[in-house]
Amino acid sequence: MKLDFVLNNKRVSINVKGGLRLIDLLREQLDLVGTKEGCGKGECGACTVLLDGKPVCSCLILASQVRNREVTTIEGLSIEGEMHPAQEAFTETGAVQCGFCSPGLLLSTVALLNENPEPSREQIRRALSGNLCRCTGYEKIFEAVELASRRINGLSVQNDKV
Amino acid sequence: MSVVGKRVQRPESITRVKGGGLFADDSKYHGMLHAAVIRSPVARGIIQCINTESIIKKKGIEGVFTCKDIPGKNVIPVVIDDQPLLAERYVNYVGEPIAVVVAKDRETARTVAKNAKLKIKELPAILDILEARNHPDIHIFGDDNIFKHLKIRRGNPSSAFKKCDIILENIYRTPYQEHAYIEPHSVTAIPYPDGTIEVRGCMQCPFYVREAVTKSLNLPESKVRVIQSATGGAFGGKEDVPSLIACQAALPAMKLGKPVKLTYDRTEDMIAMSKRHPSWTYYKSGVTRDGILRAVEVEYIIDGGAYSTLSAVVLFRGTVHAVGPYRCPNVKVDSYAVATNKVPCGAFRGFGSPQVLFAAESQMDELANRLDMDPVEIRRRNLLRVGDETITGQKLKNSVGLEKSLDKVIQVSGWTPGGCKQDGVGYGFSTIFYGVGLGAGGKHMARTGARVIVHADGSVSFSVGTTELGQGMITVLSQIVADEIGVPLECVDMIPTDTSRVPDSGPTVASRATTMSGNALKDACTKIRNTLRSEASEMLGCSLDEIDFDNGLVSNKGDSIPLIEVIKSCSFKRLSLSAEGWHTSPPTTFDDKTGTGDVYVTYAWATNLAKVKVDRETGEINILKIWSAHDVGKAINPTLAEGQIEGGVLQGLGYAVMEDMKSDSRGAIINPEFSTYIIPTAQDQPEIVPLIVEEPYPDGPFGAKGFGEQPLMGIAPAVANAVFDAVRVRIRELPVTPEKVWQGLRNK
Ligand code: FES
Ligand code: FES
Repeated sequence: MKLDFVLNNKRVSINVKGGLRLIDLLREQLDLVGTKEGCGKGECGACTVLLDGKPVCSCLILASQVRNREVTTIEGLSIEGEMHPAQEAFTETGAVQCGFCSPGLLLSTVALLNENPEPSREQIRRALSGNLCRCTGYEKIFEAVELASRRINGLSVQNDKV
Repeated sequence: MSVVGKRVQRPESITRVKGGGLFADDSKYHGMLHAAVIRSPVARGIIQCINTESIIKKKGIEGVFTCKDIPGKNVIPVVIDDQPLLAERYVNYVGEPIAVVVAKDRETARTVAKNAKLKIKELPAILDILEARNHPDIHIFGDDNIFKHLKIRRGNPSSAFKKCDIILENIYRTPYQEHAYIEPHSVTAIPYPDGTIEVRGCMQCPFYVREAVTKSLNLPESKVRVIQSATGGAFGGKEDVPSLIACQAALPAMKLGKPVKLTYDRTEDMIAMSKRHPSWTYYKSGVTRDGILRAVEVEYIIDGGAYSTLSAVVLFRGTVHAVGPYRCPNVKVDSYAVATNKVPCGAFRGFGSPQVLFAAESQMDELANRLDMDPVEIRRRNLLRVGDETITGQKLKNSVGLEKSLDKVIQVSGWTPGGCKQDGVGYGFSTIFYGVGLGAGGKHMARTGARVIVHADGSVSFSVGTTELGQGMITVLSQIVADEIGVPLECVDMIPTDTSRVPDSGPTVASRATTMSGNALKDACTKIRNTLRSEASEMLGCSLDEIDFDNGLVSNKGDSIPLIEVIKSCSFKRLSLSAEGWHTSPPTTFDDKTGTGDVYVTYAWATNLAKVKVDRETGEINILKIWSAHDVGKAINPTLAEGQIEGGVLQGLGYAVMEDMKSDSRGAIINPEFSTYIIPTAQDQPEIVPLIVEEPYPDGPFGAKGFGEQPLMGIAPAVANAVFDAVRVRIRELPVTPEKVWQGLRNK
């Protein structure tokens, strides 16, 4: 069947099989392999993408569900090669160890910051609680979200550890 | 400007935040097929029939392979060759691989594998760790089901116990811990027309994989090339098992002449892949009234599962760490790795030591309590210092930062003995140590190679045989190379680890990558630097030893030229700026029979302090804060060292209070998914204070020693001790759950 949707700000029109998961459409058919599969059951958040700006598990929804809607994947976060402030912050604070969880965490972060540009620690914890990370202990991820938030809000930023 | 010791950013993190880090499952190859594994549904049985003909007839199926198709040896070589690649007559655990099916797409391969009809006659199985030794009827390994028995004998414990004022005897138990790396296992095998098989996948030890593939496919080492893909976490879980998975893909790839990808499903990964060994420990220790530890007796049993894999070496590490970081003149340790009809256990951060340290450190606390001494004081009276001997009689010559780590935690946390605290709040300490590197447990592998090439444009590439798993090895080694050659960090790149580039460098385990590859790189860089030096001396017209390399410049007194000019000049004269480096560990003297001698080249040291609050009504445990101080010799990159501490502490907290993998009465794991096997989320993370102590190790690169495993190791006992401090309930079986604490409160 034919599927029309907006992917990373571009219109896409593609033929897909019924029952195809969104993650497979992205990874297998469109070669956007930045979206990761950690469990396939909605339990790890590695496959998180934004659907109309809201984070969803792309392993749980069907490709057909994105018809006429907007999908953002990790590949769509940098605009013309410029990294999103959250991406920059993740690399600066050391929030990336193996990096398998990073794309999903970044999309959850961007969704949070779009909705709430100055989140508290508690709000950050809640917003990221669906994204498992086994390497970092989350601390440097929280620091990254806070750094990105300060940058987005134009606050002067000092990363005193650099 | 030198970059060693600086908080430089990780170069590969930039590609990874853009989604560009190529993990094993992210690449496709022309004509690629997908494999899936048919597994045993029973814990022990005889295979009567596998109907391969009916499978091969299914739509989309390209082939099905059993042990009969293996051209070489049907074995996964680890320590003892007892584990088959594909089961022959018997199956010995739920999830044991029996056959591999290959299809055009993954979905078909998985569905067919799952629904494959097998005829297996179920047999009685051993599922309990305490029933395994000398089982009268069931023989899984040898005639006693003991993979390995190790012992340490020091002094005379039985007479020393007679002189003790307080003796405690207790049993401790720990469950499985699942690695729960977020990237499931994945590998692709690609056959080439000349008969070469290339294997690309997530892994810690490419040379293990190469050995397994060459043996099972009967190929020379020169025809098997193993390349590590970006690896999404490992923690020991990608040490030995990738050998098995690689062979499951390489066999059909060779037979069908097409690339074959095999990616495990999460549930399959949790059922069939290695875990931390469950353990049972009997611990007896005695002190005199002055708080001095006089004697310790330990019986330590770990559940190895159906095949030996790494159990013997895991047991080895647990055995030599059994008393903790203390002086003790009278010690008797007997340890056993036993066989059961369960999934083979293997390496996991800490490698057999977290289990026994849970017992040792809980016991230390109980002794302090009985003596009415504070937990810091009892540790101070016993902890190891320079000049002391470990329980194997190894004399510690340098780099013993244990007491410094204790002082640091006390200073930063402000903890005081008997300090007043709220009701239900408690503090718990653990002091631990970790033998760095393979030590006597793997001395034949204690070597590593490296290659460095300085290109004509001044960029530098290097190769090593150890792997990046998320810990930051690429960054740390790039920092070392940048400083050794004298170029900016941006000019240095690591080539993905590839068995065709460097000689067999052993595994990436035992916190050895920084020290081993770091030293091999230094060796290579020194050779290159000598060429640069002699060229520069000609250019500057001075003698060799008058030359300084600094900040991209080569100088002699006031005179200087840019390093790049020297590099260009070498290139123009066709001088080689490429070198191979090699490093072997100094010999260890440990003797298996007596349990004495030098075990590791050096040790890392740590102190943890946990602050918890326990609800007296519900038993609920709230972890308020963890201080964790580690002597790392030298932090080449403090941000990465802190990252290791924060991540390891949280993984240790999971082990301490939540993670609990269980199997049912027929040996099947009942919670093989993230919704039932619970690991810490962003909401479970308490405040963690990472603290670094630097007591240089003279033989390490810039004084560094490995420590990546240590942050996990002492968290469980610190938490158990804190819970006791809070509500006087002692939990001796992990995890420390609210139910157990509640039960303890009720029984008081
Ligand atoms: S892969 Fe979708 S939540 Fe884990
Ligand atoms: S960085 Fe490895 S899982 Fe998050």
